[in-house]
Amino acid sequence: MESTTSLSASLDAEVLRQRLASLAHAEGVRRWDLGASCSTDTSVQVDRGEAKQMKGAQRSAITLRVWNDDGLVGITSTSDLSDAGLARALAGARDASAYGNVDEIPDFSPLATAPLPVLEQPLSTPLSILTLLDTLKDAERDLLARHPAIGTVPYNGLAQRSSDRLYINSDGACRQQRLSTASLYLYARAEEAGRKPRSSGAVRLAYGAADLDVAGCVQEAAERTIAHLDYAPIATGRYTCVFSPEAFLDLIGAFSSLFNARAVLDGVSLSRRESLGEQLAVPFLSLHDNGLHPANVGAAAFDGEGTPTRRLSLLEGGVLRHFLHSEATARAFGVSPTGHAGLGAKVSVGPDWFEIGPTPGSSGGAPGLDRFAAGASGDDHGLVVIDSLSALHAGVKASQGSFSLPFDGWLVQDGVPRSIEAATVAGDIRTLLKAILGFEGPAKVTPDGLCPHVWVEGLSITGDA
Amino acid sequence: MVVSPPTGALAATERSASPAALGDPAWRSVLEPLLAGGRSAGADLVEVFLERSDHLGLLAEQDSITSVSPAFGAGAGLRVFLGERDGFVSTNDLSAAGLRAALEQALGMLGLVLPVQAGGRFDGLPELRDFAATKEGWLHACPSLAEATGRLLEGTDRLQTHGQHLQVRRGSYARDWQEVLVAASDGTFARDVRLHQSVGLNVLATDGDHRASLGRRYGTSDSPDDLRHWDAEAAAVDVCSSAGSMLYADYVEAGQFPVVLANRFGGVIFHEACGHLLETTQVERATTPFAEMVGQPIAHPSLTAIDEGLTAGAFGSLSMDDEGMEPQRTVLIENGILQRFLSDRAGERRTGHPRTGSGRRQSHAFAAASRMRNTFIAAGPHTPEQLIASVDKGLYCKSMGGGSVGPTGQFNFAVEEGYLIENGSLTRPVKGATLIGDAKEVMPRISMCANDLELAAGFCGSVSGSIFVTVGQPHIKVDTITVGGR
Repeated sequence: MESTTSLSASLDAEVLRQRLASLAHAEGVRRWDLGASCSTDTSVQVDRGEAKQMKGAQRSAITLRVWNDDGLVGITSTSDLSDAGLARALAGARDASAYGNVDEIPDFSPLATAPLPVLEQPLSTPLSILTLLDTLKDAERDLLARHPAIGTVPYNGLAQRSSDRLYINSDGACRQQRLSTASLYLYARAEEAGRKPRSSGAVRLAYGAADLDVAGCVQEAAERTIAHLDYAPIATGRYTCVFSPEAFLDLIGAFSSLFNARAVLDGVSLSRRESLGEQLAVPFLSLHDNGLHPANVGAAAFDGEGTPTRRLSLLEGGVLRHFLHSEATARAFGVSPTGHAGLGAKVSVGPDWFEIGPTPGSSGGAPGLDRFAAGASGDDHGLVVIDSLSALHAGVKASQGSFSLPFDGWLVQDGVPRSIEAATVAGDIRTLLKAILGFEGPAKVTPDGLCPHVWVEGLSITGDA
Repeated sequence: MVVSPPTGALAATERSASPAALGDPAWRSVLEPLLAGGRSAGADLVEVFLERSDHLGLLAEQDSITSVSPAFGAGAGLRVFLGERDGFVSTNDLSAAGLRAALEQALGMLGLVLPVQAGGRFDGLPELRDFAATKEGWLHACPSLAEATGRLLEGTDRLQTHGQHLQVRRGSYARDWQEVLVAASDGTFARDVRLHQSVGLNVLATDGDHRASLGRRYGTSDSPDDLRHWDAEAAAVDVCSSAGSMLYADYVEAGQFPVVLANRFGGVIFHEACGHLLETTQVERATTPFAEMVGQPIAHPSLTAIDEGLTAGAFGSLSMDDEGMEPQRTVLIENGILQRFLSDRAGERRTGHPRTGSGRRQSHAFAAASRMRNTFIAAGPHTPEQLIASVDKGLYCKSMGGGSVGPTGQFNFAVEEGYLIENGSLTRPVKGATLIGDAKEVMPRISMCANDLELAAGFCGSVSGSIFVTVGQPHIKVDTITVGGR
């Protein structure tokens, strides 16, 4: 019978490093690194005033990477942090290293011991699960009372997490980050007699459940849901579209292989090595990846290879400035790692948190954009406001640049919005980036980044009018 | 460059999980006090789900193995019911103390306290129903790492042979071994071993500004030899043929059209448009329009739909579900009439729909929920050619991508490989299509079913995580649906 180490949400990095060093020495492994995490979660869901499900979880995970005598790398992952589990993972990684990729051998990040950024991340004491339950019941009751058509809040949840993550390597790097986070989501379903059901919602994040903006979440979920009650079909055609900050960030995230050095090297990005310096978007668009932004709740101070997180300019004046890198891709490009690596047999690269807006000193595109102004679209069609995109996993072909996505939104004619019954928006990301007309309003903080409303001309909308 | 796979066994990662671990009779003495304690605390039902897992993932790119990702783990999920409420706690700590702490936490969620002395409300576990008895050797019988990497490289090599303008050639393989033990205070005590293997080929074809990315994935369950039997040649020909067709395809014209969906993964339309809405989790959330329609027509009279977990080797088949119940063949819709819902333990307690052996979860970290297994539309009387011949102007969807359904019953899915139907014949390839619709409106429009039912493996993500499923159908015709395009 197996017994694993009992875990609360904490790891002792130094103890783990010593255990690994001892086991590695015994196995004859001289070079290794490790990513580990553990967490304690509690969460609740409710259904019309009753607790639907309450959950708790204690999780642990490590990914162990070793270099064999030929310099090849192998890994193994496990949830078992006992000595037996670590020994088995070590042996497994060593065995897997026989199949390591000779064409690209990862190394320790040269920045794995560089100073880390100081993040303001207050640690919160978890609330009792019954307090979470009462909070969510109150939020649901409040949301249900906002409109008679709102009958249920079928997707809801209030969760809190205490977690620890670390990175250690055999050269002495030892990173550790302790974090507490909380999240609230409320997705309401509303239905009026003789009409189709409609749904929308909102999400909030914070460093502790007591700090969540529950009232704001309820208000936003109610507003968004109610705003979709009066709907009509839309005629198929080309429209000027206004993306909400959330929708535009989702779209850019789905095409982040444009900025991903791993994807470039693998040949699956629309960008190439020589694309740096090319005009990718309108000359007033700026795009940064900035995991360190104060509004990025739960920001990681370092990536899977121990490289410090940092702000990186991707597009400036619409020109492609930098790629996101791991240690290996950075070495291939002759630059420094950027802090965007995961830890795996093949090290992945991904963005943290986008900042999108006008390039400082630029015109910022068309001035004074207001989607509710009379005649804003400049034609008889009206404007299409895209509130949220769906099915990005299926409707985005990142390596082709194309997308065809269902969305929720409104058709705005003469300043009056009316929800669109059902529609898709389709296009090519490269064309879209050069068809941006401008930005409307201040940038909004969302869970995925910072972005204002973005106007784009000439997108294909398919409706069923 | 071409890298030949090293030979030899990978002892530690492939052979080290102990298949008999959850078959150890000593588990009874750990589990019975937990179940007795939970019942004595006042719980209506206590369930313990124990899991051990062993995973191997491989990736080949061009002519090299670029990723070998072994993983192993263990954990438990403890669920306590009191009336219609439940508390669920998962943990990686399988020690007796760790399990007891998890039980205390789950009881505490319902306002219950584990008594110092248990007794009176639990009669002990019966004899173990051991579905794993004949499966102990499965993990050992799977292809070695040398063999598996060799087969993947064979696949990418075949892509090179049959493809044109291929910028990227990828092959991937995943082997998931899982041992589970379920014990509950209602007398459930059962063990099983599951084995799922899947292998896929993907290409990115480019020529100037033309780009096409295509992939196919094949998956089976409970057969260690399946990778050995995989027809890499046929798979490569299939992928390369599709990539060749789609490389120069125009974008599809948007609008409302009749569509004919091919068999196999075409079944994703039923999975998304209707299958999820027939899970009791949707009844519980009041998000299905079919909740009160058992015995009433919800689809075209030509349509019969089934969900089952019995087909030998199918990706969604299982000897028992994740609540210890043997799966059934569940007729969901017969000749257009709604027959029943897929139900799990919680679904039965909360909605009254009897369990169907459909309680499924990705791992111990998720509470089981009513989920699909092998879900398909039954074969009809027509030939595929008759369906196509019945359409003057429409879309033939030969290969489907993923899809989803929202809380209002609006569904969508992507078409990977499409062709125009003009005057009853297939003409040009088209790309970029997304089909969207509303379940209540679309189901009555599936007016013709062909006689060529086939299943295809897939992964389904929902409330209890990502699980192995199959979708399936014969060729079907939908009289009209919204085709999103340019």
